[in-house]
Amino acid sequence: MEGTSQPHLPDEGGRLLENIMYFARCLRAAGLRIGPGKVLAAVEAVRAVGLEDRNDFYWALHAVFVNRHDQEELFDQAFHIFWRNPKLLERMLGMMLPEIEAPAPEKGEEMNRRLAEALKPPGQGDGKDEDEVELDAAMTFSDREVFHTMDFEKMSGAEITAAKAAIARMALPLADVMTRRFWPDPRGTRTDMRASFRAQLRSSAMIALKRKSPKRQPPPLVIICDISGSMSRYSRLFIHFMHAVTNDRDRVYTFLFGTRLTNITRYLRYKDIDVALDKVAGAVEDWSGGTRIGEALGDFNRNWSRRVLGQGAIVLLITDGLDRDAGAGIGAEMDRLHRSCRRLIWLNPLLRYEGFAPKSLGMKAILPHVDEFRPIHSLESLGELVAALSRPSARRLEAAAAWRETG
Amino acid sequence: MPLPATVSDALALLGRGNYVADRSLATAVYLSLTLGRPLFLEGEAGVGKTEIAKVLSETLGRRLIRLQCYEGLDVASAVYEWNYPRQMIEIRLAESGTEGRDALEEEIFTDRFLIKRPLLQALEPELEGPPVLLIDELDRTDEPFEAFLLEILSDFQITIPEIGTIKAEHPPIVVITSNRTREIHDALKRRCFYYWVDYPDAEREREILRIKAPGASAALSREVVQFVQKLRTRQDLFKLPGVAETIDWAHALTQLDVLALTPEAINDTLGVLLKYQDDIAKIHGSEAERLLSQVKAELAASS
Repeated sequence: MEGTSQPHLPDEGGRLLENIMYFARCLRAAGLRIGPGKVLAAVEAVRAVGLEDRNDFYWALHAVFVNRHDQEELFDQAFHIFWRNPKLLERMLGMMLPEIEAPAPEKGEEMNRRLAEALKPPGQGDGKDEDEVELDAAMTFSDREVFHTMDFEKMSGAEITAAKAAIARMALPLADVMTRRFWPDPRGTRTDMRASFRAQLRSSAMIALKRKSPKRQPPPLVIICDISGSMSRYSRLFIHFMHAVTNDRDRVYTFLFGTRLTNITRYLRYKDIDVALDKVAGAVEDWSGGTRIGEALGDFNRNWSRRVLGQGAIVLLITDGLDRDAGAGIGAEMDRLHRSCRRLIWLNPLLRYEGFAPKSLGMKAILPHVDEFRPIHSLESLGELVAALSRPSARRLEAAAAWRETG
Repeated sequence: MPLPATVSDALALLGRGNYVADRSLATAVYLSLTLGRPLFLEGEAGVGKTEIAKVLSETLGRRLIRLQCYEGLDVASAVYEWNYPRQMIEIRLAESGTEGRDALEEEIFTDRFLIKRPLLQALEPELEGPPVLLIDELDRTDEPFEAFLLEILSDFQITIPEIGTIKAEHPPIVVITSNRTREIHDALKRRCFYYWVDYPDAEREREILRIKAPGASAALSREVVQFVQKLRTRQDLFKLPGVAETIDWAHALTQLDVLALTPEAINDTLGVLLKYQDDIAKIHGSEAERLLSQVKAELAASS
């Protein structure tokens, strides 16, 4: 039935439609977001341009299937492989499939174990455990206190697990900023003419002026976190923090850097922390390696700052400031970063030591450009950070001024 | 002007409007015109995204309706607003008379008191055919406005509570541009034909200069283009010069009676090309001289 309604396509159009569908499926398997609607649009587009010119055919499919600049490379490769020999790409995907599927059962097992643990009634453990639990309950208060101020670095495995759970419950109430939209507010300072007129028509009294005031909204948040060797103990916990924040609110962007910068925003959007961690681990290649702060920040400024800092974002820079390149190039990039955001907060786990002074070259280069400088090494300091972010902020650069004098 | 019938026609159409396009862009334009879907243009600042809409309106002889987006753009300034002062006067006049309330309500919420903003204007029939609606720099607005656009872009209709739904008889030609200061939601992009407007290659950029800066000599244009192309390959610049900057630079050099690029001429006019102080500082002086000597050598080798 389809064959009759194709003015542009030759008789074997049926094959072509099929191939377009297969091509769409290949692209979907490769990670592009393509639904049935897009396949129909592609067929329509191909009909419109005709099949005389391979180039036009390419760009017609391109206009429909590609949605973002960074998908172009993938589309280009897939197009050239598929339309030279559709079987080839299928076979390649087929060859890849077992590889993809192989670890799946293992993962499923793991999930099942977790599920089983969660479903297990609490009394079912061995008797010893139960006694201990009671003992724990007696000294909960002091325990929690110690736990909250304990350095992440000194925590045992079990404590880390507990800390992770505490972090997952954390919410980040950023102080709202004014937007340029309005909402009805009886105590507002502006007159809402439209609402006034509508109200006027409903009752016959004198025109009672309705009021409105600007809407408020939390600003976007950008987290740039150091995952080099010197930070390794902390960075894993911070990812839990970032995951909690990302799932709690919208407009959070997360980047990790060691020797190079990786955007992990999309991975952290997975609700399940284990899936998210898995994806992050797959994407990041420079865990616990060296640090090149200047280069990573330069990369961020060049490729991302204009895309994620546009609407007055707050930036959290998490790093100890120990730099392999001895601070080379950090100053200029920090300056640029500071100028592009609403507020730049530097979180440094080294700040926990009494008498800490920012002496290393990297730290000295960062310090002049931050609005605030805080420790981040324990649950308590994380809690303080949360509190600080929900307060209206001090004037820019002021909160870190004292450190600049000692440094 | 009728709509182009083939991709080549679309290419010729853009050419008539002095827009030097390549075939890939012409394909996207052609698809958008024939299938009546919006054209979504993304790219760095100054590569000629807005110009495409202007050229389309000019060559097709359609009216251009432009909606410049900004943070906080709302329905009152994008779609429609009631003319409150006039309504107020009308109410006062009616109060002195004996007309009923219902009649008054019907009276003051009519076309007469409606101020039409760009999006509503674009849905109205025009004598010369549906207008070109340019939604410029969509990335500057916030997500709620994007969501609002979905209704307009898929059905070409707008609902005004007091009047009803207004639907375009012939949908307008819609061109949306974005500088990618944030990602536009997939739901909106899905309804459009997407095209990434890239920096042109050297040959096309020379062609653009020939048309847009006819005062510059061929020799100077070659040097200018080669120099700019060289700058665009650099990783250390914060903002690469766009086509608009190339054209401005050629104009500036012509105004200063420069016949061939010299290090001094570059240093004096670098502000036209680069718009960030640290970028200028990187290129100014010896670096400009080094690049220029490379450019001259390359040009000598190719000719």
